[in-house]
Amino acid sequence: MTKTLVIYLMAEPETPELARAAVDGGADVVELGFPFSDPLADGPVIRRAAERALSRGMRTRACLEVLGRTREAVPETPLVPMTYSSILEAYGWDRFAVDAHMNGATSLIIADLPAGEGPELRRVQLVAPTSTDERIRLAGEQTDGWLYLVTVAGITGARGDVSPALPGLVERARRLTDTRLYAGFGISTPDHARAVGAMADGIVVGSAALQAAENGPDALREFVGSLRSALDAA
Amino acid sequence: MTEVFGTYGGRFVPETLIPALDELEQGWRDALADDDFHRELHHLATTYAGRPTPLTLAERFAPGKRIYLKREDLLHTGAHKLNNALGQAVLARRLGKHRIVAETGAGQHGVATATVCARFGLECVVYMGEEDMRRQKPNVERMKLLGAEVRGVDFGTKTLKEATSEAIRDWITNVETTHYLIGSCVGPSPYPELVAELQSVIGREAREQVLAVEGRLPEAVVACVGGGSNAIGTFRGFVADESVRLVGVEAAGAASLGTGRTGVLHGARSSILADEDGQIADAHSISAGLDYPGVGPEHAWLRDTGRAEYRAATDEDALAAFQDLARTEGLIPALESAHALARARDLDAELIVVCLSGRGDKDLAEALAALGLS
Repeated sequence: MTKTLVIYLMAEPETPELARAAVDGGADVVELGFPFSDPLADGPVIRRAAERALSRGMRTRACLEVLGRTREAVPETPLVPMTYSSILEAYGWDRFAVDAHMNGATSLIIADLPAGEGPELRRVQLVAPTSTDERIRLAGEQTDGWLYLVTVAGITGARGDVSPALPGLVERARRLTDTRLYAGFGISTPDHARAVGAMADGIVVGSAALQAAENGPDALREFVGSLRSALDAA
Repeated sequence: MTEVFGTYGGRFVPETLIPALDELEQGWRDALADDDFHRELHHLATTYAGRPTPLTLAERFAPGKRIYLKREDLLHTGAHKLNNALGQAVLARRLGKHRIVAETGAGQHGVATATVCARFGLECVVYMGEEDMRRQKPNVERMKLLGAEVRGVDFGTKTLKEATSEAIRDWITNVETTHYLIGSCVGPSPYPELVAELQSVIGREAREQVLAVEGRLPEAVVACVGGGSNAIGTFRGFVADESVRLVGVEAAGAASLGTGRTGVLHGARSSILADEDGQIADAHSISAGLDYPGVGPEHAWLRDTGRAEYRAATDEDALAAFQDLARTEGLIPALESAHALARARDLDAELIVVCLSGRGDKDLAEALAALGLS
């Protein structure tokens, strides 16, 4: 089965065009960051991108509107908003899920809503190297389509090497769940993509994609293409 | 959900931290059931920290009233923060953690944390907003002398909110070796309960002391509220006494309870300063320790149930009380505590206990400049 390439973009007015470029470069899924002022799980690149998006007025309604336009730009690609609980608490949890779906979201990721909390909200669950077997099993049962393996105890952002904790986490998740496993956090280069692709069913690239997107759609397409080639060779 | 205080509380944190919070909760339960833990805390409180702290009648500050000050300013390191830091350091040692991270606003919690880390030989990293490092310089110097590493946070508001976020990010990254020694009754469960319990010594002592000297319970107890740990520690001594009013005083520009809305910040659902989209708003206070857009979930619950009432004091109110207490009683209060003093003296009650949560040496530069005395 081909490996899945998930690309994270911050919701901004240019996002539909960037999402198109990412998909043209070989992205299978696009995560759409809805910025939050205090993103606990994020390193400097995504935090700064969120600050900028907020300063440009990317509040929840504007993000949903960008989601809708991104849906039109990439009609076949799964779109997954990723955000924080505070946004949903303010908007209304159910209402957010409904409105995100209406605007083309295929699922959700809430970075600070761990498995077991808010079980009625269908979403992609995350597991980490610190997760117990019991929690990996719970997350596998509750997750929506695939399980997000956080490769490392840490926050988002590029790192030099693939986390040594990942093989053990993949092995445990394989044993405890039947769902597809996509790994993210710290994956920033084609070499990382190849190495992680050899273990997991897919990869998520966030901070490095945002940095490529800074240079426009062509640069993003090229970067995503390099990840795609590496992943296909895994 | 793991809300503890009505619909408030919970664990709104990345998955990476959940096992550590489970471990902390179990370690805390084990400690509470262990007489050795209580003996060790009591020993440290009496031989190292300076407990019990006295209760002082402030006759000249508030003529016509009987305002008693619970003197947490006399605790070692100069504020109530040490009660919590000592307890959590003992707990961290029981959990086998040798590295401590903390956030600090006014620097009092940072100093308390650096102090207990020195005392127990633990590695200590304190995150502090650069704006707070500027206005609380003496505490930065104290932390460094005590062997802590102070890491400035140079983004966002550069105050306690960002320092807390960075401390949590450090904890996520180093969770196997590190205990997060949170400074107030905020954060994901079990922190709000754990910190409240460690601070409840304030209220227990104050209740005994006021009964001993007055032969009756006070009409009200008053404490300042930033995150709310000295207030919750004070309130816990009196919450079962229905006749005693519990009064929390927030900074007017950081009134999470007075003007906030339900939201999620730093791992818990509580009453926070946020806009209608859930983006956290900036707080403003001359007092770095109250300059925080969130508050402990138990306070939100006490507000909703009507058991406690929350009022606000402006920077000017606090500065006036700061100066007045110095000149009438010879006591220089922390600017945080000065908010409680300001509302206590105009409260419609006669016998009042105020938590004097800390001493004001750290605030001299800021306060004297604001008062035009420097």
